[in-house]
Amino acid sequence: MQGPVCPRPIRQWSNVMLGHGSGGKMTEDLIRSVFYPAFSNPILDQGNDAGVISVGKSRGESRWAISTDGHIVSPLFFPGGDIGKLAICGSVNDLAMVGARPAWMAANFIMEEGLHMDVVEKVAASMQASAEEAGVLIVAGDTKVAERGKVDQLFITTTAFGLVPEGRQAGGQYARPGDAVLLSGSIGDHGIAVLAARGDLAFEVELESDIAPLNHLVEAMFTASDRIHVLRDPTRGGLGTTMNEIACQSQVAVMLDEPALPVRPAVRSACELLGFDPLYVANEGKLVVIVPEEDAERVLDAMRSAPYGSEACRIGEIAEAPKGRVLLRTAFGSTRVVNMLTGEMLPRIC
Amino acid sequence: MGKLDFGGVQREVCLEYVPEAVVGQYANVHVGFAINLMDEKEAEETLSLLREIEILGMMDEEGSAPSAEQESGPGQ
Amino acid sequence: MKHVEEFRDAGLVKKALADLERTVTQPWVIMEICGGQTHEIVEHGLDQLLPPEIELVHGPGCPVCVTPLEKIDKALAIASQPDVIFTSYGDMLRVPGTEEDLLTVRAHGGDVRVVYSPLDAVKIAQENPDKEVVFFAIGFETTAPANAMSVQQAHHLELKNFSVLVSQFRVPPAMEAILGSPLNRVQAFLGAGHVCAVMGYWEYEPVAEKYSAPIVVTGFEVLDLVLGIKQAVEQLEKGEAVVGNAYSRAVTREGNIPAQKLISHIYQNCPRAWRGIGEIPDSGWCLQPEYDFYDAENRFDVGQIQSKESTICIAGEILQGLKKPVDCPAFGTLCTPEKPLGATMVSAEGACAAYYRYGRTRDG
Repeated sequence: MQGPVCPRPIRQWSNVMLGHGSGGKMTEDLIRSVFYPAFSNPILDQGNDAGVISVGKSRGESRWAISTDGHIVSPLFFPGGDIGKLAICGSVNDLAMVGARPAWMAANFIMEEGLHMDVVEKVAASMQASAEEAGVLIVAGDTKVAERGKVDQLFITTTAFGLVPEGRQAGGQYARPGDAVLLSGSIGDHGIAVLAARGDLAFEVELESDIAPLNHLVEAMFTASDRIHVLRDPTRGGLGTTMNEIACQSQVAVMLDEPALPVRPAVRSACELLGFDPLYVANEGKLVVIVPEEDAERVLDAMRSAPYGSEACRIGEIAEAPKGRVLLRTAFGSTRVVNMLTGEMLPRIC
Repeated sequence: MGKLDFGGVQREVCLEYVPEAVVGQYANVHVGFAINLMDEKEAEETLSLLREIEILGMMDEEGSAPSAEQESGPGQ
Repeated sequence: MKHVEEFRDAGLVKKALADLERTVTQPWVIMEICGGQTHEIVEHGLDQLLPPEIELVHGPGCPVCVTPLEKIDKALAIASQPDVIFTSYGDMLRVPGTEEDLLTVRAHGGDVRVVYSPLDAVKIAQENPDKEVVFFAIGFETTAPANAMSVQQAHHLELKNFSVLVSQFRVPPAMEAILGSPLNRVQAFLGAGHVCAVMGYWEYEPVAEKYSAPIVVTGFEVLDLVLGIKQAVEQLEKGEAVVGNAYSRAVTREGNIPAQKLISHIYQNCPRAWRGIGEIPDSGWCLQPEYDFYDAENRFDVGQIQSKESTICIAGEILQGLKKPVDCPAFGTLCTPEKPLGATMVSAEGACAAYYRYGRTRDG
């Protein structure tokens, strides 16, 4: 049976909680106890970022990928991006993570009554700019207006569609012991930038969100190696959650080197101030790639010369055991386990 | 209230409990309040004591003079 | 970052550990009594790096964990009332009461807001004159100056719609309770660095003497912790029992006088129940009578609170350092951070949460 092999958690909640949207264990619980059973089919059950479908009969068969993403970010505009850019890049990246070439997108807008027209124009312009950068066309869409108060200003859903070239087989279940784990750049930028922009916790920081379309970076990587095992972008739930998903799907251990994890000083400081761990903060323009050790240097070189890959680095390796676990080697010589994020991250006092 | 920089993150902090604070000093902050100022001299003393022990330790174990390079710290 | 990076230097930490190894000759049990220190130790696996003779035990240093169930149930009852804005530090939101937690109250429509500083709560009260704003004033001596100032500010501003639900704890009586217990195994304490930055360490001198237990004021970075443990071990090996200061860059014997002044103006000593331990005399702070108006327990009638602790949860024994989280049969199975049975699993500083988060099992 394909897909994540971890035991299915028992449904524990009678209401949807904010934690269910955090990208961590509660989100997983919601998806696995409500949506997977309702929708189950072989494509969905693989549990990857995009669904890969085969079209056509045996000799003319081709594979296509489709993904969808909802965006409710608040505030709508923040340093480094906006909801529009996020909507385009989010779906583009989901496709890129299964090795697909995003080509077409559909976009769905739910607007709150009273939203300023120039906000909508700005968002649309930003989406077009991102779409051009990624090389995709927005070919279909829908708009709805909800009564004042029923929606927080603007929600956008995007769906992306593209071809998966022959020979590409990247998925969370393909990590193998001995593989190298590479990361395209610093973690935590997006989550902290948005949190600062939101203003609730009253701090200022010189930091921009890292939202970026990663499909060109991914193409450069496939040119360097045809043995890319895993590609994943650590969005909600952060790198820590993503590595746990992969460890579970592939039934391997992920070994990470704490000193090798790239974290911008401002992100580190903000996380300490709030009691957050950069490992669980969202990223929107970074990816993790797992390749056989022999291909690691070549892929790193290719990443460093490609858009959004200049800070690519090696952060660890895949081991045989303990299966399904992520371990972190600290600078002090100790090792600790990295668990999945549970619910929402809450700022702590001490 | 004053503005404090936490390694690149800036926040308004209440300085009521450190009235002698001047720009450039370091403080421990807790839930938006500075609770003490850092004593530079004490900090240096603690570190240099440790560094001395470090050098002595190396001489004991290896029986030769230590290298002039300091061990470097982690990450960024 | 100055005063931080140097105290995380892996090279210096390794040398300090080597030095510690040279000093220790027999087993010792040392307790830290600060949630921040618990977290730091488990996050960096410091206990893995210490010489095997040293057993580090986690004490009741997490104010979220020791706040009694009745108080949490009261908080939930107040937060559920209409026209109340209930404000709190982040970590309280997930602490389970008998039935639910503040997050659930929020999901059901209660106005529950996280604040970083108590002054933010006062601001919310100013901005919402038609609502009652309650601030959950929990903490040890470290947050007391901030919590106290919120009351003083509200008083100056003549705010009629602000009140505090007080759950303040003092460390020295807890240390005495632990050291004085017939089951005690603790031989030395690491003093909580920021508690002492506020209160100084003169209060601990009679405790060290009475129980012949070294107490070493310790900071929060990995190097600080190793230095604090080292000083404690040096004393133990020599048979000394005094208060030492391994956090001298931040702590003086007298502490922060302006902070102490405001604390004693707003608060007075009172007995307090510590969840899992029981009542310890003089171990808490309550509002002085002239500030009674700001006491949320007076202002809100929450009816009869019937609190019921989980029968399986052993948080009390963990908080006293008698058991470790992995000794609990429910650890990681029935009791997880998503569905905690007791406060030590829910608070990010609680020993059980730290162990769970960093993957500690019976095998370490």
